[in-house]
Amino acid sequence: MSETYQVVCPVDDLEVERGVTALVHGQAVAIFRTHDGEVFALGNHDPFAKASVLSRGIVGTRGGVPFVASPMHKHAFDLRTGRCLDDDTVTVPVFEVRVEDGMVHIGGRKQKVA
Amino acid sequence: MSKRKRIVVVGHGMVGHRFVQAAVERGLTETHDIVVIGEEPRPAYDRVALTSFFSVESAEELSLLPGGQYDDPRVRLVLDTAVTGIDRKDQVLTLVSPPPTPSGVELEDPGTVSELEYDVLVMATGAAPFVPPVPGKDLRNVFVYRTIEDLEAIREASQTAKAGVVIGGGLLGLEAANALHQLGVETHVVELAPRLMAVQVDDAGGATLKRHIENLGLSVHTGVMTELIDGDDDGIVSGLKFKDVEEPLEVQMVVFSAGIRPRDALARECDLPVAERGGILVDEQCRTADPHVFAIGECAAPDGRMYGLVAPGYSMAEVVVDALLEGPGTFTGADMSTKLKLLGVDVASFGDAFATTDGALELVYSDAVAGVYKKLVVSEDGKRLLGGILVGDASAYASLRPLVSSGIALPDNPEELILPASRGGVQLGMPDEAQVCSCNDVTKGQIKEAVAEGGEHSCEDVACVKKCTKAGSTCGSCVPIVKNIIEEHFASIGKVVDKGLCEHFRLTRQELFDLVSVHGYRRFDDIVEAHGTGRGCDICKPAIASILASQFNGHVLAQETAALQDTNDAYLANIQRNGTYSVVPRIPGGEITPDKLIVIGEVARDFGLYTKITGGQRIDLFGARMEQLPAIWKRLVDAGFESGHAYGKALRTVKSCVGSTWCRYGVQDSVGLAIALELRYRGLRSPHKLKGGVSGCARECAEARGKDFGVIATEKGWNLYVGGNGGAVPAHARLLAGDLDTETLVRYLDRFLMYYIRTADRLQRTAAWIEQLDGGLDRVKEVVVDDALGLGAELEAAMARHVDSYFDEWKATIEDPEKMARFVSFVNAPDVPDPAIAFTTERDQIKPADPDGAVSLGSTIPVGAPGLVTAGDAR
Repeated sequence: MSETYQVVCPVDDLEVERGVTALVHGQAVAIFRTHDGEVFALGNHDPFAKASVLSRGIVGTRGGVPFVASPMHKHAFDLRTGRCLDDDTVTVPVFEVRVEDGMVHIGGRKQKVA
Repeated sequence: MSKRKRIVVVGHGMVGHRFVQAAVERGLTETHDIVVIGEEPRPAYDRVALTSFFSVESAEELSLLPGGQYDDPRVRLVLDTAVTGIDRKDQVLTLVSPPPTPSGVELEDPGTVSELEYDVLVMATGAAPFVPPVPGKDLRNVFVYRTIEDLEAIREASQTAKAGVVIGGGLLGLEAANALHQLGVETHVVELAPRLMAVQVDDAGGATLKRHIENLGLSVHTGVMTELIDGDDDGIVSGLKFKDVEEPLEVQMVVFSAGIRPRDALARECDLPVAERGGILVDEQCRTADPHVFAIGECAAPDGRMYGLVAPGYSMAEVVVDALLEGPGTFTGADMSTKLKLLGVDVASFGDAFATTDGALELVYSDAVAGVYKKLVVSEDGKRLLGGILVGDASAYASLRPLVSSGIALPDNPEELILPASRGGVQLGMPDEAQVCSCNDVTKGQIKEAVAEGGEHSCEDVACVKKCTKAGSTCGSCVPIVKNIIEEHFASIGKVVDKGLCEHFRLTRQELFDLVSVHGYRRFDDIVEAHGTGRGCDICKPAIASILASQFNGHVLAQETAALQDTNDAYLANIQRNGTYSVVPRIPGGEITPDKLIVIGEVARDFGLYTKITGGQRIDLFGARMEQLPAIWKRLVDAGFESGHAYGKALRTVKSCVGSTWCRYGVQDSVGLAIALELRYRGLRSPHKLKGGVSGCARECAEARGKDFGVIATEKGWNLYVGGNGGAVPAHARLLAGDLDTETLVRYLDRFLMYYIRTADRLQRTAAWIEQLDGGLDRVKEVVVDDALGLGAELEAAMARHVDSYFDEWKATIEDPEKMARFVSFVNAPDVPDPAIAFTTERDQIKPADPDGAVSLGSTIPVGAPGLVTAGDAR
């Protein structure tokens, strides 16, 4: 995986709790900004529905965990780890995120969180 | 041709307005002109719904005549004008505009005085709040509870007042207390009588009611007399002192609700006889001692008795119209039965509630712990029900009240009608083999089996038990017992039946709906901060988005609601299996011109979309990429199309057969009605999708009874059916009312839909909603047709609000750059289509490529879609 970061958009362009899709290193990445201002990036692909849609899901919390519900069949994914909250054998990729000078930078795929 | 006669109506309140409506409807204006003189600056409004004023946008929304004038040109409404004298001999009125102040202070401008002749005079001057002569009653922050202006002043004062007191613990007083409580003011209720609602309930009932209200955090003081209202140096209320009580109440506002008095001064001045306790004396035709003068509503006293409810006033209005048409109608008293929910507490009172009939006997059931009090009054021989009182649980009202009016013989053990036995409490001692549902022979044991965990059915609610065991699916009378058995079962295994929406809200959808209505919330953040926890989820966010849309009808993609929308609403289109969308323009009633058909064809061809005819008589265009949607809408909107809301929990279509215009069997114009209904309710967001149908004759080619609302033409008008649907659990719609004219049909539909929207659960269709209502379809009839809750006008007003505020959300989106900014494939590469979407061909049209197969990539994309690969690995 590439270690380089790619600038995608101004952080102000991210609406709170509403995702966008970016094309990073040729991949569709879903980027979310939560209510407390944190920015997360997941692979956009919903492994259950096999469609590139996660950025269009509803963002919220489940038991304090920030998550996105896939718009297809409402599978919930932890924004921090990519783990599916309804089926913990399934995980989507998580990407490094940096916010610098008001711009969102997306890096390589994060290593598995223990 | 004889000269047209003139009817003058004095007073434009609810009853005066009803008189005019009835006169127009029944053709009285064919022979008479009507002039209505109203004293208030605005036309009649819904005073019964006054408390809801705090939740509506403006006073206009309570209006019964939003346009300000009647459509019938022979009716003239004159506002801001008082009648100051009646010359009965010459049949002339003296008018002054603007009206003199009630205090009698001489104005600099005495107003313009004019005269108006009448042939028939109808007095509908209503009543005025009674303010007892308590010292301090003229201080600032002392109010009455009668007009919109009163409520505006109360709301203003509530901003600074910490505590307030309502003087009067009757029906209206408790309404006022409810209003104060909702405004966040610490609320006291003071009642001179030894109990609350002294007119409707007895001591024990009043005590039960009091306990309920105190549990809500209000303070109730009964049997106390107000001695004086204290004021501070600025002349503002600072406290209330009771007689023989040392400690005064510290309050900053006072609302008087100590009854009303008929406004009969005009009648007295022209020597019309009035009743001993006030009110213009009238006969059974509501005619006063002067044959040219009638009196109706609260200012009238038929047989010496005044009626302070709107329903008898409406009956009087109808009687006078009938009399003027030389009909036989008479007013011989009204059913003063009342059932209402005050501050969330059921209270009902009907018939001879105080056992005044000779030899009447009382049967009482009281459970102080549960806060339930029930009393039946029966005849001396125990055979007939004369009346009753229900507090805390009025579910038996629907079945008891008809027993009074019909005089049907009571069962041998009439006490069972109110004992918890008949409500299901009996199952405590009920053996498993006891029969619960006699229609379908279902025992308690079978119901317990149905809810048993790990059993064959594992039902969790009544609807499931009904489906699996048939218990309660015929006459429905055992449903409460079934419900109790289920609840008892869950309680016995320690399972909490949580009715909350999700982990973020411990509230039902209906409770949330009411909170939004009362507080006027517009933002999810405010609601979750005040009433929930966390940041919401895919369950509560769309539910709240729907509630906000139903009440305020803003754009669903507006800044504050965009992030709440469910999958399809978020992009105003229907997402399909490969992440593309389908687009359905509205084709009202299924009627479309060839030119418009061609436009749809051209759009589909130009964007390469798959087309299919839907079950709702329109055309669905599939395979649109998200970023293509605005361009597709633009083409459609330019050709005169609008959103069909196929993506929303909203009105979808009103399907129609071709009707009497073409069909040799048709008896009514079903297409015309279907179009009118679809255009009326388009954009209406609801707990679940809504579908309608209109058939032009009994052959029912529109399959209207498979819809949430179905209309079938009859020789005389329309039959209205409700609660049908297709889907996994098909249901046939059932008759709500028959042989309606179009206006009444629309009125009932307005009420039905709004009642559903207000009270249904999230994602509950009309069939399931009716099923779970206490009383089922009969309950819907009571509310919609009989207007038993007095909610009719409020529901109609809510619908009128929706109709007036409708706009096409596709058009509004393509005209708004901020909303348009969301319709891009990638924020950093808006020109690159998502490479994960690919199509193949089948029967000459596109279809999604199999996602497990190879993904065809755009040539500009350097790398494949590793997301797909890792996803595969993860599995």
